[in-house]
Amino acid sequence: MMDFMAQRPVGQEFVRHVEDGCPYRADDVMKPEQAVSTGTTLVVAEFDGGVVMCADTRTSTGQYCANRASRKISKVHDRIFVCRSGSAADTQALTSFVLHYLGQHAVELGKQPTVNTAANLFKIMAYNNKDHLLAGLIVAGYDDKKGGQIYSIPLGGTRVRVPYAADGSGSGYIKGFMDANYRPGMSKAECLEFVQKATALAISRDGSSGGMVRSLVITKDKVEEAVIEGNKLPVDL
Amino acid sequence: MAGTGAGYDLSVTTFSPDGRVFQVEYAGKAVENSGTTLAICCKDGVVFAAEKFLLSKMLVHGTAKRIFPVHRRAGMSIAGMVADARQIVSRARSEATQFMNAYCEEIPPELLAERLGLFMHAYTLYWSVRPFGCTALLGCVDEETKKPSLFCIEPNGMVYKYTATAEGKGKQAAKTEIEKVLANNPELTCEQALMLVAKIIHKVHDEKDKDFELEISWICPASNYEHAQVPVEQRKAAEAEAERILEAEQEDD
Repeated sequence: MMDFMAQRPVGQEFVRHVEDGCPYRADDVMKPEQAVSTGTTLVVAEFDGGVVMCADTRTSTGQYCANRASRKISKVHDRIFVCRSGSAADTQALTSFVLHYLGQHAVELGKQPTVNTAANLFKIMAYNNKDHLLAGLIVAGYDDKKGGQIYSIPLGGTRVRVPYAADGSGSGYIKGFMDANYRPGMSKAECLEFVQKATALAISRDGSSGGMVRSLVITKDKVEEAVIEGNKLPVDL
Repeated sequence: MAGTGAGYDLSVTTFSPDGRVFQVEYAGKAVENSGTTLAICCKDGVVFAAEKFLLSKMLVHGTAKRIFPVHRRAGMSIAGMVADARQIVSRARSEATQFMNAYCEEIPPELLAERLGLFMHAYTLYWSVRPFGCTALLGCVDEETKKPSLFCIEPNGMVYKYTATAEGKGKQAAKTEIEKVLANNPELTCEQALMLVAKIIHKVHDEKDKDFELEISWICPASNYEHAQVPVEQRKAAEAEAERILEAEQEDD
């Protein structure tokens, strides 16, 4: 399998914030999940000028935690990413197909593809193979046509555009929190705080979510990645 | 036969000694024999016009069309063999829907034109098929930006992007007229162009030819940026005005 997870954006546009003393390597070469990961928390929200994506980092194989620092947010194009939940194998496979098709499409188009297009490619494959897949996806990103966008693609292969979304086993614990606290037109900092807090809350309640809180802020100009370590989560429970 | 250069015009798979493929050139001749068709990229959209010869007095008006819709915001006007062109129209429609199904966005006009170019070109490569005897004028208006664009796709597979062009019998005269019109008014709108294209088609019509029916369609604000036939009343008014002006011009001469 092609290791698309190792791909990193090049140039100045990609800013990484890893706190000092972080126990994980800055160049994080850890392999993506190699086993089933049904337990997950994914939170994504739109704000003024972009989107924030957030995920926990626990990958479990039944009772055993196979990876405590995994990446569940994968890149499919310069400004388009996907949050993966369900079977790690299935979602990785889908992602690498879309990565391939979208890359070809972008070359043919001669410009950046839209988030809409990426979400549609995910939908086609999720829907057509629904009997064999266990994949809940949230596709999000930025394009010049419609700005920041989020598309939720749950189990059956529906595709819905939403202002904010949560998925994975942990999402059930925080949907009320999100409905109560999400506001359209938040600033970048507000939105990041909101999304990170939601993820941290889910981690605190859901046994199958845990580890750190990884986040990605996608705007017109750049993609910023950040991580909050497991012992510094913004909840006190 | 050898050395005379003759006998090289029967197959598209054989070059002549001076590097030509005659069958493809003959396909071009089929286009030159057809009634004139033209299309103009205006400020606010695209206008198509075609001179359709009436083969019979009993032919029902508004049938046997030469301008076709491709998708909601794209149309195609034909010069040459209309039967051949229907394959191109059909291909254009399926390319447009396939693209929409896969990528959930309207196909960019450049891409659609280029794919039709490839399709036409494929028919100049194999002995078992003959080239298309038609040239297509493809006009689109972008869904978001409302920017009009126009392409000409030839039997040899070449694709050209134009602000305005004409094909068929009267193409030279028509192109000269369009150039004059655009030189006088580069900000031409589709509504304004209506009478002018009617005038051009009437002017380049050869009296020796059969009677003709004027076909006009457009993609502009008046049609809600969708490809549509110009309403009959509006077409007739434009045509009457065009004929009146043409008569006045002839009297002046």
